[in-house]
Amino acid sequence: MSGANRIAGAGRLTPAKTVRFTFDGDIYTGLEGDTLASALIANGVHLMGRSFKYHRPRGVLGAGSEEPNALMGIERDKARKQPNVRATVQEVFEGMTAVSQNRWPSLGFDVGAVNDLLSPFFAAGFYYKTFMWPKAAWQKLYEPVIRAAAGLGVSPDEADTDHYTSRYIHCDVLVIGGGVSGLSAALAAARTGASVIICDEQAHAGGAFAYEAGVTMNGEPGFDWAVAAANELAAMDNVRVLTRTTAFGYYAQNFVGLAERVTDHLADPEPQQPRERLWQVRAKKVILATGAIERHMVFANNDRPGIMLSSAARKFLNHYGVAVGTKVGVYTANDSAYETAFDLKRAGVSVEAIVDCRDHPGEGLLERAADLNIEVLTDHSVINTSGARRISAMTVKRNRGGAGRSIAVDALIMSAGWTPSVHMFSQSRGKVAWDADTQRYLPGEYAQDCTSVGACNGTDDLQATIDEAVAAGLAAGKATGGKRAAKPKLAGSGAGNWSGGMAGSAAGAGPDTTVKAFVDFQNDVTAKDIRLAVREGMHSIEHVKRFTTNGMASDQGKTSNIHGLAIAAEALGRDMPEVGLTTFRPPYTPVTFGSIVNHGRGKLFDPARKTPMHGWEEEHGAVFEDVGQWKRAWYYPRAGEDMHAAVNRECRTVRAVAGLFDASTLGKIEVVGPDAAKFLDLMYTNGWQKLKPGRCKYGIMLREDGFIYDDGVVARIAEDRFHVTTTTGGAPRVLNHMEDYLQTEFPELDVWLTSTSEQWAVIAVQGPKAREIIAPLVEGIDLSNEAMPHMSAREGKICGVPTRLFRVSFTGEAGFEVNVPADYGRAVWEAIWARAEPLGACAYGTETMHVLRAEKGFIIVGQDTDGTVTPQDAGLSWAIAKSKPDFVGIRGLMRPDLVAEGRKQLVGLKTKDPKTVLEEGAQIVADPNQPVPMKMLGHVTSSYWSENCGQSIAMALIADGRARAGETLYVPMPDRTIEVEVTGTVFFDEKGERVNG
Amino acid sequence: MADIQAASPQYPLDGMVAGSALVQITPAAPASRLALRARPDAIAPLSKALAVKLPQEPKTSAQGTAAKTKGRRALWLGPDEWLVIDESGADLMAACQGAGGTFSAVDVSNRNTAIIVSGPAAEAVISAGCPQDLSLKAFAVGACARTLLGKTEVVLLREEADVFRVECWRSFSAYAFAFLAEALRDPMV
Repeated sequence: MSGANRIAGAGRLTPAKTVRFTFDGDIYTGLEGDTLASALIANGVHLMGRSFKYHRPRGVLGAGSEEPNALMGIERDKARKQPNVRATVQEVFEGMTAVSQNRWPSLGFDVGAVNDLLSPFFAAGFYYKTFMWPKAAWQKLYEPVIRAAAGLGVSPDEADTDHYTSRYIHCDVLVIGGGVSGLSAALAAARTGASVIICDEQAHAGGAFAYEAGVTMNGEPGFDWAVAAANELAAMDNVRVLTRTTAFGYYAQNFVGLAERVTDHLADPEPQQPRERLWQVRAKKVILATGAIERHMVFANNDRPGIMLSSAARKFLNHYGVAVGTKVGVYTANDSAYETAFDLKRAGVSVEAIVDCRDHPGEGLLERAADLNIEVLTDHSVINTSGARRISAMTVKRNRGGAGRSIAVDALIMSAGWTPSVHMFSQSRGKVAWDADTQRYLPGEYAQDCTSVGACNGTDDLQATIDEAVAAGLAAGKATGGKRAAKPKLAGSGAGNWSGGMAGSAAGAGPDTTVKAFVDFQNDVTAKDIRLAVREGMHSIEHVKRFTTNGMASDQGKTSNIHGLAIAAEALGRDMPEVGLTTFRPPYTPVTFGSIVNHGRGKLFDPARKTPMHGWEEEHGAVFEDVGQWKRAWYYPRAGEDMHAAVNRECRTVRAVAGLFDASTLGKIEVVGPDAAKFLDLMYTNGWQKLKPGRCKYGIMLREDGFIYDDGVVARIAEDRFHVTTTTGGAPRVLNHMEDYLQTEFPELDVWLTSTSEQWAVIAVQGPKAREIIAPLVEGIDLSNEAMPHMSAREGKICGVPTRLFRVSFTGEAGFEVNVPADYGRAVWEAIWARAEPLGACAYGTETMHVLRAEKGFIIVGQDTDGTVTPQDAGLSWAIAKSKPDFVGIRGLMRPDLVAEGRKQLVGLKTKDPKTVLEEGAQIVADPNQPVPMKMLGHVTSSYWSENCGQSIAMALIADGRARAGETLYVPMPDRTIEVEVTGTVFFDEKGERVNG
Repeated sequence: MADIQAASPQYPLDGMVAGSALVQITPAAPASRLALRARPDAIAPLSKALAVKLPQEPKTSAQGTAAKTKGRRALWLGPDEWLVIDESGADLMAACQGAGGTFSAVDVSNRNTAIIVSGPAAEAVISAGCPQDLSLKAFAVGACARTLLGKTEVVLLREEADVFRVECWRSFSAYAFAFLAEALRDPMV
């Protein structure tokens, strides 16, 4: 038995196909095709959750994605736990585990419900007002406590073992919504031969036909037609039908995000099946067929379990075969609830009374009610309800006064009317327009190439909806290159016309300030909260929304927005359109992080870039550091060495013998063309015209504002060809910077830029024995000091491979940088290593590289500069060509601030205690005894233990630094103050003789 | 120098293989590659020198015109930009040396590497991470584009209806390969 409230013969599920699942530990039986909500109601369970703020007992409000109350945790195992799943969307499967949320210790008895009793203290804006003071308490007390108590659901603390995929797809026509209007539009568009995608968030097509009994299409039952139409579409080559797929975001140029739930309804998904698939659709035309969502009535205690939308009750009955109660009350301002009442009555459920706040219900309804023996109370309202964990009675009162009458019910269905679902239209940046006749917002001015059809467009009549959708489908198909096609013949009848209704609070919603008449169930916003917001001065709906949080929950205010707006308008004494409507934003319904991230996790989170020598480095014990996306060898510890010992050894070895360093990650740009030198003259502060082929030069690049942007060695390979190097991290942006200027400022120059960063593997061989190491491997290049002095470049061969060999040094030692085509990087490295190792040389990593360059006072852009440092500040005035009329940054350098006295300049620092190593970033002051806040002169930019100098060394940017040479300054630290002496920036081989060795 | 052995190359995707019944993902053979930039006056001389007519329509490529350059391809990447690929071991730099007109030729043979994605599901697998419309209608055989695959830039060339060449920079190739290998797991492809 799949629940006592299952009605034999009702609904479309197969009684024999049962599934067992648990809810809060209890075992229940449902039917295949049930949602968790329908299965629980079938078993008489209406209490499904606790509300967010007041912890009030709640049941389902709807039967679809608009559900604000019945949010559950669905758990497959410890790693796969999904919080905040709407029970009305989640299909049951064999063995499913569902748990309620926001309750402790149990759903039936929840300690947090004390908030409901304390609710006078928790009015709208409570948090904003209460936790302002004392200021310090926010971080330590209020925020942690509120955080712990707030929030819905518990996220799993293990990595998700499911996988998620993505797919970009292009189509002529995207139809959002698989109800009658979407299906009609898709059928028509598909006939033209256009490529069509139609998606629907539900497990099946058909939309409202799932519950609208009595509708026929071409003479057959509406839902059967919808299923057949979806099958017909799915069988066509040019159509893709996606069910369980929510169009959640509508972005620029008809770019629409769809989230397909692939396995959430399956007991045993195949391992290769992704849990969800993200479709990123670019459509030439979009047809919005998103339907309408029913609104609840706003009255006192309208949130007890068992109180729900009439359309929900009708779907539970007609689709799932489940009666929502045995004694059902109806409260309505609209005709649609009557149809639900009639269906229930015919199914054998007792309908206690239809309470209609209107005088005159739609034509023929009173007669039909009388035929079915249902009492109708027109011009009446439900002013209150009672019942602890489920409604037990409603209090009904004539609108013009009189005594209340209590009617015992175990379910209450309601309808205030239907809100056209303009979410996607609004996301497309279309402007909604207020339709005064029907009192609703409809699509107004379109911003993108889309069309709205059916209920979301305010078209109420069934045949009019079909005709409108067919016309839109044909037009979209033709406009995107489809053929002329005959209209599909579609005739529908038997649907109700559900325009009308009311927005705002009904008779039972106050003005009493203690009445809780819920507007927004998910965020626990009541009518009085909105009135309070207006009284407190919020006159814009945007302010009302933020003050009360109305419509700000994950249901995006699908049922609450219009009510909230109407109540605010009434309180302000204005018309609704004057108060405005808040903007709908993606996602339409919550999207999992898994879906958004899809493939981008683990090793696909970000590319890990490795040099050609990476494998060798790994084999030789290198520890790697991340430099941007690159993995660079940091240091090579030997047995028993920590980082400090390894770096000290590497530093000593390079200066005593030699070292090999993988410099492949350096950015490289080949600048080629007759105007290459002219272009470099404009991009760098240095002059390039006189540089001879075969020579290298250190270049400084500025931004327009005069600050250092990048630096690097540039080799002239030929008259019209330069090999530019950039910093590792700067490679992409330097190329962009150069390309930007070339295209926008200097388009007349005949020169082109090509990234060759990855064409070349670069092996730096540095140290007194560098030449001896490589000499036997090199062909066709005279390596002697005379033939190939410091800062020269030659082409030849090494190990039989073409090389660009540079005599350059970032260590201050004599050295070479061997550029070889990357495929040969490892083999050449190994050949050099085979020569180097027996001579006592070592491989060294980036840390040693940093220390060695600091010993020589060579800067690292981005470490010793921070985007506010000029060449003069860095002591690099010599690199600015005096005679050049123009280069990027030349005017910036003349700015008054940049030529003023007192700028921070790069200097060296030596600690008075040579063993003390300063912290990078530490502040520097002249007088450590001055009161706090002290006047800070600058900060430490680089600091290392220098094994070669036998003491710590540092560089710092200090106000008027160069004039302070020899002065003692102070670095105050939390535990002590460190005395330092200002020095020059070169700590080793001050005369620079070794580089020519 | 006689005792020095000539260095042998090592390719970034050596030994990597992935596939399913519907798609094969394999490293492409090593190739000579040229990044070519040219003013209009150099297009004809370069086409002659390289024996491949440099295409001037966006999203198109051209194959070599001479018998021995049949396997050579020139890919349009921009109004003045082409990528020339040749798997026969030809020296492309030498070939265009001295050609008339104003141009820039840079050897990028080792900067790029390529992955061949072939089989009935090739288009779907690439579509997992590539925002281009890859339907035959929009991206015919011979079509090419500089585009994205997941988080990396690639140059995509449709060699046959169900054979794509994915060119990428060598340090991104492991990522691109892993991305494709992951994408092919989706039964929807």
